[in-house]
Amino acid sequence: MTPISLEALAAEVPDGALVAMPPDYSLPASALARALVRRGARGLRLLGVPILGYAADLLIGAGCVAEVETSAVTLGEAGFAPRFTAAVRAGTLRLRDATCPAIHTMLQAAEKGVPFMPLRGLIGSDILAHRPDWKVAPNPFAPPGAEDPIVLLPALRPDIAIFHAAMADAEGNVWVGRRREIATAAHAARRSLVTVERVVAGNLLEDERLAPGVISALYVAAVAVAERGAWPCGLLDAYAPDGAHLAEYARLARTEEGFREYCARYVLAGASAAAAAA
Amino acid sequence: MSAAAIRPEERLAVAIARLVLDPEAPPARHVAIGAASPIPAAACFLVRALGHPLRVSLQQRRTANPFSEGSRELFDLAGQGRIDLFFLGGGQIDGQANINLIGTGEWPGREARFPGSFGSALMYFLTPRTILFREEHSPRVLVPRVDIVSAPGVSPPGVYRRGTAQALVTGRCVFRFHPERARFSLLSLHPGETVESVRAATGFDFDIPAHVPPTPEPTEQELALLRGPVRETMLEPYPEFCARVFDRKSAA
Repeated sequence: MTPISLEALAAEVPDGALVAMPPDYSLPASALARALVRRGARGLRLLGVPILGYAADLLIGAGCVAEVETSAVTLGEAGFAPRFTAAVRAGTLRLRDATCPAIHTMLQAAEKGVPFMPLRGLIGSDILAHRPDWKVAPNPFAPPGAEDPIVLLPALRPDIAIFHAAMADAEGNVWVGRRREIATAAHAARRSLVTVERVVAGNLLEDERLAPGVISALYVAAVAVAERGAWPCGLLDAYAPDGAHLAEYARLARTEEGFREYCARYVLAGASAAAAAA
Repeated sequence: MSAAAIRPEERLAVAIARLVLDPEAPPARHVAIGAASPIPAAACFLVRALGHPLRVSLQQRRTANPFSEGSRELFDLAGQGRIDLFFLGGGQIDGQANINLIGTGEWPGREARFPGSFGSALMYFLTPRTILFREEHSPRVLVPRVDIVSAPGVSPPGVYRRGTAQALVTGRCVFRFHPERARFSLLSLHPGETVESVRAATGFDFDIPAHVPPTPEPTEQELALLRGPVRETMLEPYPEFCARVFDRKSAA
């Protein structure tokens, strides 16, 4: 598999797509999110696996997003996600609140190709009250006479999973290490678009030590090299989050004007500007 | 050892550690802690440093994460009953221990939006005990009734639930939760607080025993452990907290 450019990868995400994305602490495709802003993506439906952070806030602020399904949106130590918060207050975003294990479970159902899976908890939460697509049914395996209502969650199949992996090989296999929830998202999605730090020679699946952390090329539609592509978030043990930059983003994005200033400086100037700033 | 003044964070960590060790509560062998919970983490590391066996899993560590199946493993463990204790907070917490991590005003938080519910709508049901923790103790946080329920404090009979809140720890006091009557009672008062000052700062009604003791002072041993081995353990996962709480003091 020949890597394509970051901008070409962004062009593979059609307007209106249901896009599964990891949060800041996992394998965030920050560079790809900036490329999606540059491409002027519209009407995206974001799915947090299981929550969202910087990349989603950026896309929301830039008007790329119509809908968000997530268990939270946060910038971690940098605080609340300002463009998400503003959009909820303005009522410009369709928002489906979930809880982390429900998102994992819906993706696992899609991964298995079954129509639904059950999950404990949730009964009595207003999250459930606002999810007509989630159902409560009696546990068919409960002892006779026992009352045991349980929530059933439908399989959720994203159009696209986007994430930033540590490496790809010549075959198009990508290595995500212990971030198995991203592997589940990739398995559940129709196709995965992946940025990587680097491409290595050979086949990762032939290395017994690395293979358990690999997502097979079977699931991967395209790969682009984006060095420090998770920045300003961190990547596994490769680099730490840039806390000062995330704090700067959080400060600027508090206002629409500040957000535009941020985009002019770090997003619209092109991929090279962001990399240089890192 | 240093005679430095006891910081509020140290008092809170010690108060939480004593709740973790409460012999009347279900046993705690494995506790999971989120990224935004440095004080509960310090409390649990203190319990370990005091010699009690307690597995402490820091959920969002970027390196040396305790889980190898990604972020779903925490919830799978909770589903099986392999997490004994968890900590939750809330933008709003009410007198029935309902928590709201979504927002205020109309759904989904049109007045003030919080980040979201995270895993609370599962963890609160499946963990045998939860310690609620929120430093800000004010009528805007501790409300008569939450605007939106992320996770309910109690559940009707027939709904699968392993446990409820054990206690609510704030910057002013410790409340114990009584699931059978879905009410808090005042357990102890932090320095400078009175029953009246707590009542004035609390939006919900709660029970007041005839005698409310002060929250016990940290012992010299507890302080030495917090400022020694606990701090060392906390440095990597909670650097900003350590700089703020421990380093300033050691420099003073």
